[in-house]
Amino acid sequence: MLHFEDFPAGTRFAFKPVTVKAEDIVAFAAEFDPQPMHLSEEAGKASILGGLAASGWQTSAIMMRMLCDSYIHQTASEGSPGVSSMEWKKPVLAGDTLSGTCTVIEARTSRSRPEIGIVQLRGEVINQRGETVAICDYANMIRCKPAGSDA
Amino acid sequence: MRLSEVHPEGTKVMIGSVAFTADDIIRFAEKFDPQPFHLDAEAARQSLFGGLCASGWHTCAGWMKCFVPYWLGEMKRLAAEGIEPPKLGPSPGFRDMRWLRPVFAGDVITYFVTFVAAKDLESRPGWRINTILCEGENQNGEAVIRFESKVIEFP
Repeated sequence: MLHFEDFPAGTRFAFKPVTVKAEDIVAFAAEFDPQPMHLSEEAGKASILGGLAASGWQTSAIMMRMLCDSYIHQTASEGSPGVSSMEWKKPVLAGDTLSGTCTVIEARTSRSRPEIGIVQLRGEVINQRGETVAICDYANMIRCKPAGSDA
Repeated sequence: MRLSEVHPEGTKVMIGSVAFTADDIIRFAEKFDPQPFHLDAEAARQSLFGGLCASGWHTCAGWMKCFVPYWLGEMKRLAAEGIEPPKLGPSPGFRDMRWLRPVFAGDVITYFVTFVAAKDLESRPGWRINTILCEGENQNGEAVIRFESKVIEFP
């Protein structure tokens, strides 16, 4: 299990590639973001996105899953207070394969809760052409190693 | 008409509500955010959150779920009044997202939008980037989420 002490600035985790299927784009959009360019190839082509495109909220959620699979599942994580910035740089189109990395920018302990550290990270999602589709600066609360533990 | 004319600066508008059931919270989390406090009530009680709660991204998606039908309604309303509605495009992103309180199973979140500012894009005449404040509060009137979103507006 990784703790706060395992997250010095510069630590980097790689995302496992994920292919975004048309049916997943449409299902997410139908539930949360039912705009034409997220619901049909035809409407997507007619929009400035250029094809059936994932909602930015779906891209965000996919990044979250990549964060879980890359480090959160093996970390004493206690959630996030927020995201300082999310940029949706390029459309995510049906059939795109996303991957990327997240990198620790800064790590400090919480003044009010000394058993918790606050780690600032940057997630970067790229497509199969190496183009950045999303950049996210966010914070993650992570428990410190238990006192007396020398593991 | 431009968005800045339709929505006077600083006017907070209610756009709708979403009820977060335990089933919906777990279904979203299984797909996108499978952490114990979003999947399992017992594990959630042991966490800092203290109970089964929605992924923060689920809470965000709830805002969008309300905004799309709200905006379709606004476009219809303006057209019926003989006003050409603003042509909104995709969003390039958001900033300063704060998950202020957990959204627990059974909570009903009411969402709001407030027009903040419009900026002309120098590179594309007539195009604008609007900044809007997006907020949500629970059934007790407690703020659970806030963020500032950007929205492209075409001429």
